[in-house]
Amino acid sequence: MTSVLAVELSYWQETGIRMLIGLAAVLLPAGTFVYVYLFKMMSFMQSRLGPMEAGPYGSMQLLAEVGKFFQKEDVIPERADRPVFKMAPFVVLVSTFLLVLVLPAGPDAYFVDLDVGIFFALAVSSISVIGILMAGWSSANKYSLLGSLRATGQLIAYELPLVLAVVGVVIQAGTLNMQQIVFAQADGEIFGWGGIGNPYILTQFVGFALFLIAVQAELTQPPFDMPVAESELVTGYLTEYSGMRFLMFFIGEFATAGVFSGIAAVLFLGGWWVPGLDSSSDWFNVLGPAVLFGKMMFVSFLIFWFRFTYPRFREDQLQKLAWKVLIPLALANIAVTAVLKVAV
Amino acid sequence: MTAPSEPQQLAYIAGQAADARVNVDIETGDGMILNMGPQHPATHGTLRIVAKLDGEQVVSAEPIMGYMHRGYEKLTEVRTYPQVTTLVNRIDWLGNFANEVPFILAAEQLMEVEAPPRAQYIRTILFEMSRIANLALFLGDMAVQLGATTPVFYAFRDREHVLNQIEAVTGGRFHPNFDRIGGLKDDLPKGWIDDTKAVMGKLRTFCDEMEDLVVGNEIFQTRTRGIGIIPADTGLEYGLSGANIRASGVDWDLRRDNPVGLAWDKVDWKVWTHPDGDSFARYWVRLQETREATYIVDQLLDSIPAGPIMAKVPRIIKVPEGEAYVATENPLGEMGYYVVSKGDLVPFRVKIRSASFSNISIAPWLLQGVYVPDIITILASLYFILGDIDR
Repeated sequence: MTSVLAVELSYWQETGIRMLIGLAAVLLPAGTFVYVYLFKMMSFMQSRLGPMEAGPYGSMQLLAEVGKFFQKEDVIPERADRPVFKMAPFVVLVSTFLLVLVLPAGPDAYFVDLDVGIFFALAVSSISVIGILMAGWSSANKYSLLGSLRATGQLIAYELPLVLAVVGVVIQAGTLNMQQIVFAQADGEIFGWGGIGNPYILTQFVGFALFLIAVQAELTQPPFDMPVAESELVTGYLTEYSGMRFLMFFIGEFATAGVFSGIAAVLFLGGWWVPGLDSSSDWFNVLGPAVLFGKMMFVSFLIFWFRFTYPRFREDQLQKLAWKVLIPLALANIAVTAVLKVAV
Repeated sequence: MTAPSEPQQLAYIAGQAADARVNVDIETGDGMILNMGPQHPATHGTLRIVAKLDGEQVVSAEPIMGYMHRGYEKLTEVRTYPQVTTLVNRIDWLGNFANEVPFILAAEQLMEVEAPPRAQYIRTILFEMSRIANLALFLGDMAVQLGATTPVFYAFRDREHVLNQIEAVTGGRFHPNFDRIGGLKDDLPKGWIDDTKAVMGKLRTFCDEMEDLVVGNEIFQTRTRGIGIIPADTGLEYGLSGANIRASGVDWDLRRDNPVGLAWDKVDWKVWTHPDGDSFARYWVRLQETREATYIVDQLLDSIPAGPIMAKVPRIIKVPEGEAYVATENPLGEMGYYVVSKGDLVPFRVKIRSASFSNISIAPWLLQGVYVPDIITILASLYFILGDIDR
């Protein structure tokens, strides 16, 4: 039983609220990101207006798109492995929902307070690999197969820099608990100076950069989008999907982008906490989600900025980057962090 | 319905056998066969590539063309000479005006007329502008093939300015149909010269932008440097032309070497070459060519002479008996028309030598042993237009 703004709630009330918020937490970023970033930001970067017709300033475009996808026929290839083919999008979406669980949005506003929070997040993020592999294999399509195998190789390779980038934060915070990591940043000091706490982006900037690059690869976005490389593999493992199932992959992709930006915001930007304010204040339960959302938007701006700027790597070049550059850099970062942690 | 004649039967059997050969290749053999096209996002048109793969590596690849064959060589035989320009516009649909010029020049050569100097200048200006429109799109398209989505929008945006200027003169954006035997249809509209100079400035800015955004990009360089190297002698053996052969270090440009009846020899410009011969070099050479073309247009606009735009030609054009081959340096490479006339209203035979057909012929040689993503890089850097391959 937790107190949210000092109101006592019974178990079922709390569960109901959390379920609603949980759904919103996945679908809202997905929607906002699709709308604000994919449609509008990309359009402005590419010197065009983007959607303008559906609703004022194109603001209803997302509803129009979803409505369109609902109307589409759900085509399943004749030689597809039907149950696996149908299940794959759900597996991908499940990993996104599980990721949201450990994201704290205020001192008391969280879903679960797991002691192994960040470890859990990184573990469930890998579930999407299974979904992608299922989609690629069951589609009975060579492009899908190539795409899903590329995706698998890539996701496994980039899991390592992702984990290693986080290890630096964990060493500094001394905990795996996401909530405690926020408190550690709020109460932290930068080499003895505690004026603004210690948002880890200031001391773990290498880790932040590595994390962003690895997230980019985990999301299979340019410059790491070989799995869906549309000029080679049509759309990789998505090739045979249509209608609702395609939409689920689509939502999964953008929601995951949102949740990963949220995790980056918690780990490196102080999560729901604002420098200079008392982190134990109850008001953060209300203010926190908004602050976290703002920080998420900032991180996802970076993610989508890369996405719209860079061409894609080739498969072997991507692996080379992971194993020869990112992982040694991450290990060096961990070593330096550990030495400073002991020395200071 | 009459029974098919023997030649028809034989042709049918031959067609079936050709299909069967490809299908057998697809269904048997070692490794996986990846069939790219004719419907595929990367072949910009209907080129089909059947690639035999070992993992992600290409063992052999065969381009199969003909899905867009429109029979222009045959159609010219039932069109009068002035009507043919309407057809040939559509061969390389991006470099529209440039397609008309060599055919008109060949007809003029047969009729022994020469366009007045002002017409020659305007022809050259429009020729270079269609080159800019064509190559600007390549500069964006190559990036989008490699996965960068943004440059292609800049390319479309800035090509629009050029197309507007072409439209202002000819009335057509893609199919101007403006060239006439002995000169041009119309003179330039008022104020066009100043507008075009401003547009050329915009295009130079676009080239600088591409140099920063694409050429300077590390990922673009790792994807293109050392990929699809064409040695100069191999390229010459396959009959490559245009920027593809200049990127292999061969200093060969018909605009300079054979400026048939056009005004390139009147201005000061440079032929760009690159010693590497890889995909990067081909992109780089085309980028420099686009920029150089804007300078050519600028200089021609400054020095354009006054005078008539049409030579004296009979109202009904009958081309005297004879043969002529005229080739010009089109955006894609050497494009030539071999025109045979029997003194009729229509050509007796026209053979079109289009650049893409020869350029793509090196693909099987070039695609051996590369990875699947490199197929796209190499094909994009060879830069073909399907209409120019199949005609």
